[in-house]
Amino acid sequence: MTDTRAQHLETSRWQRWSDLWRRFRRHRAAMTGFLVLGTMLSLVLTASVWTRHDPTRQQLSEVLRPMSAQHLLGTDHLGRDMCARLLYGGRLSLLIGGMAVGIGLVIGVPLGAVSGFRGGLTDLLIQRLADVLLSFPGFLLALSLVSMLGVGLQNVIIAVGISAIPSFIRLVRGSVLSLREQVFVEAARALGQRSGIILWRHVLPNAMAPIIVQATLNLGSSILVAAGLGFLGLGVQPPTAEWGTMLGEGRQYIFRAPILTLFPGLAIFLAVLGFNLLGDGLRDALDPRLPQLHT
Amino acid sequence: MGTFRRYIVQRLVASGLTLLGVSCIIFLMVRLLPGDPARVIAGLLASEEDVVMIRRQLGLDQPLHIQYGRFLVHAVRGDLGLSARTSEPVMREITSRLPATLQLALISTLLATGCGVLAGVVAATRLYSGLDYLVSVATLFGVSMPVYWLGLLLIIVFAVQLHWLPAAGAEEPGSAILPSLTLASFSVALVARMTRSTMLEVLGQDFVRTARAKGLREYAVVYRHALRNALIPIITAVGLQFGALLGGAVLTETVFGWPGMGQLLVESIFARDYPMVQGIVLVFSALFILTNFLVDLSYVLIDPRIHYD
Repeated sequence: MTDTRAQHLETSRWQRWSDLWRRFRRHRAAMTGFLVLGTMLSLVLTASVWTRHDPTRQQLSEVLRPMSAQHLLGTDHLGRDMCARLLYGGRLSLLIGGMAVGIGLVIGVPLGAVSGFRGGLTDLLIQRLADVLLSFPGFLLALSLVSMLGVGLQNVIIAVGISAIPSFIRLVRGSVLSLREQVFVEAARALGQRSGIILWRHVLPNAMAPIIVQATLNLGSSILVAAGLGFLGLGVQPPTAEWGTMLGEGRQYIFRAPILTLFPGLAIFLAVLGFNLLGDGLRDALDPRLPQLHT
Repeated sequence: MGTFRRYIVQRLVASGLTLLGVSCIIFLMVRLLPGDPARVIAGLLASEEDVVMIRRQLGLDQPLHIQYGRFLVHAVRGDLGLSARTSEPVMREITSRLPATLQLALISTLLATGCGVLAGVVAATRLYSGLDYLVSVATLFGVSMPVYWLGLLLIIVFAVQLHWLPAAGAEEPGSAILPSLTLASFSVALVARMTRSTMLEVLGQDFVRTARAKGLREYAVVYRHALRNALIPIITAVGLQFGALLGGAVLTETVFGWPGMGQLLVESIFARDYPMVQGIVLVFSALFILTNFLVDLSYVLIDPRIHYD
């Protein structure tokens, strides 16, 4: 009897994932985002296969070379191979985005969940904290934090991560507020389960869909913010390659070699576009009420 | 007290508390700098006397709550301290740069409202047409485009290649065009997306069908009836975007060498001029909170059905 029930649960879980994938696959925009990001990720992870050049090696005899067979995307103002810098720099840009969203999730989701589930003074305090963090316009919070913490990879990740926290707090609180009134939560309470267990085992798994969508969209915006900091010279420091830093360095040669700004910018744009398309697609795929899946 | 007046007071108190929280975080950021803030502000080459003087000047030798209280009292009086770089009052430098930033932000907000709403309405009223797809693709590109890259591309095309517009500065005629377009791109796209989705919801409601059944012209149905009922989320998006534009101005002003607060902020960060950084971030946040407050108040003018009790 127990075996049959477990088998049934396993089948229905498998069925749910298969339905999700089917809906996602039919979403043209989502598949485009998936392909763009898949290609990008494969290229940056296998960078050494595509280029033999060291992204930080300066060759002053090869300064500002145009595109050629030897240097596919030309060289920068210090004779470094642009293709190598773009591929290796992509690793860092995507890593910063991923880690920052990780920080946002790890801190924002529990805070939002506790805020929505407990209510009262806890809710009030956490929401005021979110209000305050959201009152720093645009990417000013990340910028202020980096200006205080100092430049460098670790501080950029922390700054961008902290600025991602309030959106997760707000989102999760909203979902938990509506879920905590559901019958299955009432049933769990009636069975004598503790609040923490109910929140962790029953409420949060049901709030996962909007969290996944938000995390995907935040990956794009985090890459954008981190690259913005790099562009201003407040992100990852040269000679390490990162898309925003490359764009900032290329800006000084905009009249002589506009190509130096073209490719790093295009890479940031494609990555953000990919995450936006993927996020939109996931939102549609995870929401069974939406009828249109061909957009 | 009338319900609307009470609502205004409630919103004012809430905005004031938020601003208090923001000021607290900004204050703590400088105090939590690794090492001695006075030493960091004075620089590596400063003598011990200079460090002691800066510590006393900034009140860093006082307990933290006294420092914060003094910071607040001074801020309310419009005194944000002296710039560590120029020794000029921070507020004077900010007020001299603020008009340039507000000029960019206002032009961009007007562009975002005009172009964004129009594009969103056109897309919603011609659902799944070529125009709708064009707006959808353009807005998706708009929200994904790094403003600093778009700014550089516009400089390459319109300043370097075509020589139509100046690449940087604010002195020459037409110098505000490229920075405003750059800054507005994200907001136009976002407002257009919001307008499209809200209009789609409103256009499906019964009162729109009734308006059409009465024989009203399509223009009147869309702009006088549907758009008016879709305004609240649109106004909210525009208000939030005004704040985002203030933040985005940091990047845009750096790209175009626009002499606003954003550029001053970046210069101050590099110069480790923390009183200036603190002051600029506080003013930016206060402007953002004020905009949100005004957006909240505007709801009553747009939708008289909203109750404030």
